[in-house]
Amino acid sequence: MQNADCILIQGSNMAECHPVGFQWVMEAKARGATVIHVDPRFTRTSALADVHVPIRAGSDIAFLGGIVNHILANGREFREYVAAYTNASTLVGDDFADTEDLDGVFSGFDPDTRTYDPATWQYAGMAAATAAAGHREQAMGEAHGHGSKHQGAGRPDTDPSLQDPRCVFQILKRHFSRYTPEMVEEICGVPPELFTRVAEALCANSGRERTSAFVYSVGWTQHTVGVQYIRTASIIQLLLGNIGRPGGGILALRGHASIQGSTDIPTLFNILPGYLPMVPARGPTDLAGYIDAYNAPAGFWGHMDSYLVSMLKAWWGDAATADNDYCFDYLPRIDADHSHYRSTLDMADGNVKGFFVVGENPVVGSANGRLQCQALANLDWLVVRDLVEIETAAFWYDSPEIDSGEARTADIGTEVFFLPAAAHTEKDGSFTNTQRLLQWHHAAVEPPDDCRSDLWFYFHLGRIIKDKLAASTEARDRPVLDLTWDYPTHGPLAEPDAEAVLREISGWGPDGAVDGYTDLRADGSTACGCWIYSGSYAGETNQAARRRPGSEQSWVAPEWGWAWPANRRMLYNRASADPEGRPWSTRKAYVWWDEDSGRWSGEDVADFAATMRPDYRPPEGASAEDALRGDEPFVMQTDGRGWLFAPTGLVDGPLPAHYEPHESPFTNSLYGQESNPARLVYSRRGNRSNPGGGRPGADAFPYVISTYRLTEHHTAGGMSRFLAYLCELQPAMFCEVSPELAAERGLVNGGWATVVTARSAIEARVLVTRRMPALRVQGRIVHQVGLPYHWGRRGLSPGDSANDLAGVVLDPNVHIQESKAASCDIRPGRRPQGPDLTRLVDEYLGRAGITGEGP
Amino acid sequence: MSAADRIASWPVLRQLRNGDPLGLGPAAQSPRSASLVPRTESADKVVDSICPYCAVGCGQKVYVTDGRVTQIEGDPDSPISRGRLCPKGSASLSLVTNPGREQKVKYRRPYGTEWEELSLVEAMDRIADRVIATRAATWQERDHAEDLTLKRTLGFASLGGATLDNEENYLMKKLYTALGAVQVENQARI
Repeated sequence: MQNADCILIQGSNMAECHPVGFQWVMEAKARGATVIHVDPRFTRTSALADVHVPIRAGSDIAFLGGIVNHILANGREFREYVAAYTNASTLVGDDFADTEDLDGVFSGFDPDTRTYDPATWQYAGMAAATAAAGHREQAMGEAHGHGSKHQGAGRPDTDPSLQDPRCVFQILKRHFSRYTPEMVEEICGVPPELFTRVAEALCANSGRERTSAFVYSVGWTQHTVGVQYIRTASIIQLLLGNIGRPGGGILALRGHASIQGSTDIPTLFNILPGYLPMVPARGPTDLAGYIDAYNAPAGFWGHMDSYLVSMLKAWWGDAATADNDYCFDYLPRIDADHSHYRSTLDMADGNVKGFFVVGENPVVGSANGRLQCQALANLDWLVVRDLVEIETAAFWYDSPEIDSGEARTADIGTEVFFLPAAAHTEKDGSFTNTQRLLQWHHAAVEPPDDCRSDLWFYFHLGRIIKDKLAASTEARDRPVLDLTWDYPTHGPLAEPDAEAVLREISGWGPDGAVDGYTDLRADGSTACGCWIYSGSYAGETNQAARRRPGSEQSWVAPEWGWAWPANRRMLYNRASADPEGRPWSTRKAYVWWDEDSGRWSGEDVADFAATMRPDYRPPEGASAEDALRGDEPFVMQTDGRGWLFAPTGLVDGPLPAHYEPHESPFTNSLYGQESNPARLVYSRRGNRSNPGGGRPGADAFPYVISTYRLTEHHTAGGMSRFLAYLCELQPAMFCEVSPELAAERGLVNGGWATVVTARSAIEARVLVTRRMPALRVQGRIVHQVGLPYHWGRRGLSPGDSANDLAGVVLDPNVHIQESKAASCDIRPGRRPQGPDLTRLVDEYLGRAGITGEGP
Repeated sequence: MSAADRIASWPVLRQLRNGDPLGLGPAAQSPRSASLVPRTESADKVVDSICPYCAVGCGQKVYVTDGRVTQIEGDPDSPISRGRLCPKGSASLSLVTNPGREQKVKYRRPYGTEWEELSLVEAMDRIADRVIATRAATWQERDHAEDLTLKRTLGFASLGGATLDNEENYLMKKLYTALGAVQVENQARI
């Protein structure tokens, strides 16, 4: 990022939420880069940026779409990059209809099920291509690690001149043609001059000689169209030639030490390690069927068999043989949405009996705290593992619902086990940071008393369960009994050896630890727990523990930690060279073809077949990476191209379109379709929605609300609200409002306010500040209310939880809730206590006419 | 202290000699502050670590004396953080040593009104029993209506992983999958 010439930070307050990472933005700025911050609030990120653009929360696709239109209308794209490396020239089938044609929906939408059939989004003459990050199984409504196999053989039709009206480039032009500066002003509240300044800064700082970077965080993901926010940024970066090049890219700043790792080695319902799909019940019934369904004809997803068989060998060892499909049938099947919020609703309905909560605090951190408590109260048993007694552990005697009389301790039948956890200084292990870097932390001391690592907990739980089932003859117990679980332990606590676990994740073959995923085989001779992490224990050495000082290495620092895959620090970096393999410019050189050695060379491990020449053309019958050309850098895609238009991989459209948030005081200026038609709404008592713009009752909730983090607190507070120093620095829950809104509602700086939605009402101290500017949208003034979401009832600094206000309304691709843009009311004074709290919320429901079942 | 030393320690003289004419720098140091050494100096060992808060992944040095963590500092060798820590990272010492940290298992029986004590061994045994019983009671071998293989349980769920190590997530996913549990989720969904 230090190499960027322009950095656009949007949906993130990097200076306050990732302060140490922000030093690299400042390094770029010191070298002359332009830094732009687009955010509803003026924060310390804005203070250090060259330009701050206040924007209405929930309108980012209109803003970014405006940039796409600016690029295309003015011919500012990096033409050679776009023509060679993206799917701009690819022709889309005749049946495709755009939101421009259908007033806000794409072809293939079924209004009864509110889902899309993506058949009409495909390339002309081909059934379906494969996305790098996932094909969405319609039945699951969820991302799978990877796509279906029915990507026709051969290459799609193209028009290299980019003139054919069916080519992606022309479709893109038409799709975004109404995203003009005036429309951006109308929707986002951003004046045209300010918008154009941002668009021009990006264009002027992109091309052969210059690169621009994007930075986002959950300000972009927590929306009913969150995935499409990021898609829009991808389109901009592909058009400007900023992917796979130094100082380019789209950096997702993640908020937990290993949230990237817990996605790669997923504690997620829909994938197996390394983004392999979980087995769908209505899908393949055996190993061959699975490989047939998910193996890609071109690119690195063409080794699905090696990845999966090696994982099965790691899990079931000698029991996994070619004759029994390597225990493929031991894998459980999924046939529906089993995500966090769906499971929460199922718990509230009494359909789930037990729940493990491990280092997470859903009562504070997940949307709709009241629903979360209802869910916990309807369990048979709950296990909470944390450093402190968080709200989720105490829900049965300390919650807003106990206060209001809605729930009574004596009526809650949940059996609760609280197990104290070990801290990071008390255990060995690796975190994967936001740039895919695995870094090892070593145990410094033993954990005190009953405190244990989660490695200890799950290892010994598994051991005890295996012991108890040892005599079982039930078929369902075979996967447990055959599971390889013989990790060595050490010390007085019998702590499992974390390095032995990493070695299994990395993999081994007949000659010991493998060097990487290219060593993996589908014949049962190799075992590997997670193919993308393969090589993290290469040479029988813990690569994640490498700590050669940064001062002794190049700026890429390849010997500090280990990055997946194959210690590559930048993905798709083949795109940093032109089609002939030469750097686009000396200034932006990164990897290049070295004719003398016959290899790709440069600052980093090339993200490409190491010896594939730039002029390589696949012969008939080639497979996997050999089926791509030497000038096709996007090696996880079946067509080797960056996707401006996504024929598959998304459930809510092949292109982003601006939709209003589910709860918005405004109507959609662009389309008749107000909000994402495929969004997931779960209307039920306790999870009602505020009426949207233009609908009766919308005026009961006239303001826009958004949540965010503070420097001194961490997510749901378990690691910060119990620490004296941090609570001294940020001692109380507060809300930020503009002076105009304060005057309109009689709010006093330092006083109290009550914020209300259809879910609940919370109180907060009032911070009146010009940093929260009022905006003019659709010709009228809109005020926004900002709320940090860290607080809860426990710890040294108790306060109401912002997430009590949020509803469970989800993005259909990834099932993330829309907590970054909703509507609310705000009034002076503290909230009512006891049963009066419920009465206040009911009064609002009545005023807004919210009674029925519908959204 | 000799007479010469005493004269040399005279503040006015130190101000002049040390290039500190206003007496705001080293000349203001008392013998006591001059003799102070940071607790990092006397640590028995220094252990390499990584900050447990956000995903930037700043390097940390953990200082240990007599089997206790006494200080946590930024690691200047890290090419990511170059020795820096933010307010949260700087508070990691109190994260691991604060008195509010729970150190004992707590148990609440169904409909109970108080926490009770329970040994770790007993807690592990009971949790294993709950898993086995719930799994047996809720096992879905097949969906007969649609004639589908399921081989799973929807009887229990799990949430968490983003604050844990990769190795911990791996054992979780491996064990849960072998048990047929599929409602396995973490903060990445939120």
